[in-house]
Amino acid sequence: MRERVNSGPGRVLIVVYGIFALSAGARAAVQIGTKFGEAPGAYLLSAFAAAIYLVATIALVRGGPGGRRLALICCSIELAGVLAVGTASLVASSAFPDDTVWSGFGKGYGFVPLILPIVGLYWLRRTARVPA
Amino acid sequence: MNDTLGVVVIVAALAVAAWCAIAAVRNRPPDRSHVIGVAVVELAALVLTVVAIVAMIGGERPGEAGTFVGYLITFLGLPPVAVYLARMEPTRWGSVILTVACLVMPVLVARLQQLWEATGA
Repeated sequence: MRERVNSGPGRVLIVVYGIFALSAGARAAVQIGTKFGEAPGAYLLSAFAAAIYLVATIALVRGGPGGRRLALICCSIELAGVLAVGTASLVASSAFPDDTVWSGFGKGYGFVPLILPIVGLYWLRRTARVPA
Repeated sequence: MNDTLGVVVIVAALAVAAWCAIAAVRNRPPDRSHVIGVAVVELAALVLTVVAIVAMIGGERPGEAGTFVGYLITFLGLPPVAVYLARMEPTRWGSVILTVACLVMPVLVARLQQLWEATGA
């Protein structure tokens, strides 16, 4: 039986993405609203990450070929982002005066930001497999 | 913020998380006992929230009051949303959803306490 993207484990994925969209989004909104001048780059990056989480959540809820393609793009951007920002925050920590979701490979969030896109990509791959 | 209540929420959430995780491992959907467990966590969260609001009315203020209230809303909203979603998923994955939600609750308690201690004054 072919599993659907938005049921079973997919629904767990939606819950976790939803929590991240909410927490990253709210955090970015507060940071941008109250102290944008302190670290505009970091806060814009947080907002970007939050947007990606939000779009991924919506894409996973919608499912279907369109939702799957959109989710695939989001998970890829996420993985690239967490790897790039994680590496950059270690190599050039002075460029990141305040933490983002992706700093230190998502250390501040129990490394979930690093694991999540990998699980997402795996899930999208698995549900894409057409039964023989 | 009341530390004892925080500990109560954390212990309850972790216990219910374990209970739901057992169901997931045994390939069972959440049943009534799991929903009651999450309701108990919600009740504890509600008591903590009321105590925090009373303290805020009494003049105590967390450093970033807006963020604090945002966390409180998430804190209260998460268990019901998790139960609602778990109901839509009457498989082992419904149990996983409840487990995840219960594991997030202690994190929220920790953040709330952090924010409370960083007084704005």
